[in-house]
Amino acid sequence: MPDLIRRHTVHSFDEELEHLTRQILRMGGLVEQQLATAVRALVDRDEAAAEEVIARDDQVDELEEAIDQEAIRILATRQPLAVDLRMVAMALKISNDLERMADYASNIAKRARSLLEQPALKPLVTIPRMAEVCQEMLRLVLEAYATRDPEKALVAWKRDGEVDQLYVSLFRELLTYILEDPRKTGACIDLLFVAKNLERFGDHTTNIAEKIHYIVYGNRINRMVVEES
Amino acid sequence: MSAETAAPAGDLPAIRLDAPRAAALGAIARKEAPALKARVENLSFWYGDKQALFDISMPIHERRVTALIGPSGCGKSTLLRCFNRMHDLYPGNRYAGRIVLEPEGIDIIAPKTDPMIPRLRIGMVFQKPNPFPKSIYENVAAGLRIRGVRNRAILDEQVEKSLRRAALWEEVKDRLHASAYDLSGGQQQRLCIARALAPEPELLLLDEPTSALDPIATAHIEALIDELRENYTIVIVTHNMQQAARVSQYTAFLHLGKLIEFGPTEEVFTRPRKSMTQDYITGRFG
Ligand SMILES: Nc1ncnc2c1ncn2[C@@H]1O[C@H](COP(=O)(O)OP(=O)(O)OP(=O)(O)O)[C@@H](O)[C@H]1O
Ligand SMILES: [Mg+2]
Repeated sequence: MPDLIRRHTVHSFDEELEHLTRQILRMGGLVEQQLATAVRALVDRDEAAAEEVIARDDQVDELEEAIDQEAIRILATRQPLAVDLRMVAMALKISNDLERMADYASNIAKRARSLLEQPALKPLVTIPRMAEVCQEMLRLVLEAYATRDPEKALVAWKRDGEVDQLYVSLFRELLTYILEDPRKTGACIDLLFVAKNLERFGDHTTNIAEKIHYIVYGNRINRMVVEES
Repeated sequence: MSAETAAPAGDLPAIRLDAPRAAALGAIARKEAPALKARVENLSFWYGDKQALFDISMPIHERRVTALIGPSGCGKSTLLRCFNRMHDLYPGNRYAGRIVLEPEGIDIIAPKTDPMIPRLRIGMVFQKPNPFPKSIYENVAAGLRIRGVRNRAILDEQVEKSLRRAALWEEVKDRLHASAYDLSGGQQQRLCIARALAPEPELLLLDEPTSALDPIATAHIEALIDELRENYTIVIVTHNMQQAARVSQYTAFLHLGKLIEFGPTEEVFTRPRKSMTQDYITGRFG
């Protein structure tokens, strides 16, 4: 582990950085909730849940806006360097990742709404499983972000392969459904979009994991080294 | 294959890189570290019994700006003063190690080296403005007169050019023959910068040159440093971390007379290798 990050001589600077961190965590928590609700809307065919996700997307955007403003104010007033600079710059990028992830959740909710107008398919298994892995990854990176723990971020980062594998197998599964019964094509295409959104959601989680590594070490995750171990 | 490019019978064909690979390797080759203007080698320095510098080794890259940073009293000014043998003026001061001035490889601090050699080739701006008790004009012309310049037209031209470069000309052009002491602190500092620039030294040492300047004059001096870097080598001491990050290509961090970290400025300010450097530049010191 790298050295612990000490406190600044000017304590109000620490407070500002901590506030920024808390804002990111709040935004992350909201995204986590958005995804959970969107997937519930899909699995339970719950229209109210879908509407709830779509309506709440604005809150995520507002948080991103607030984080941007705060980070820019810190850049202007503190002119941070080294680890401080990396923290503030990455807060800007992480909030951008989270905003995209919330968009994916809201896309899933929109597909869930569209699926209500079509006959139900067999009980869904792979999609909830994908969503579960995404949720676990997000929870891990948020914890890793809160504690500046690159090892934990790496654990999340390594799990992205699972999401990709599930996506590939779901793709095949849906294709066979379509071949069996072409009337299900519309529903299957909706589900494919859902899966694609989950796959992208997973990618952004790994982006966040990479940014945590950068905050702590100031360099990129070395894929070759990591994938060998 | 045409007759021209065919290898003579019996010879191995010439090895040729494909264009992208040749371009990539060429780029690596050109990225060679720049030439050195000076080398500090195992430099220690004592004020009488008090050791102020401990075994410092670092390169001074040619046509680059090297920033010296570190807490008050860590030895930045002491190190700069070694370069032009200022310390010789006081008995009891002692050096160990070498400061080699390139390309000739002269050891600046060797007792046998004439102190006038570094003083003529190296310009210095001190932390506290120290104009001579003479006119503004004579302050700037002084370095040229020492070097034997007599021609009035050349002197006038060089004085104006130096004062312009130091962002002082507009404020003093109508009173060039007034005493330098009539200037404000910030103006005196810029006058000293003009004085150091006039003889166009190959190595310029700046000890907190903008600490007394307003943001406009500071911006002019920083722009000047960028411009001078095309032809000169500069070492600058500054307490302003953002300034060091802006104007320099290499940064040295000193602490209690020791060199803690030296590296490309970009790395020192984004991912320093030593936690002591990080604590200092981010305001977590002591
Ligand atoms: N003439 C002197 N005689 C004895 N000790 C000195 C003399 N000049 C400086 N020192 C000591 O040498 C050490 C280094 O001083 P120096 O002036 O080089 O520090 P600095 O890094 O330039 O600090 P600052 O940022 O405050 O200008 C300090 O402990 C200082 O007290
Ligand atoms: Mg000093």
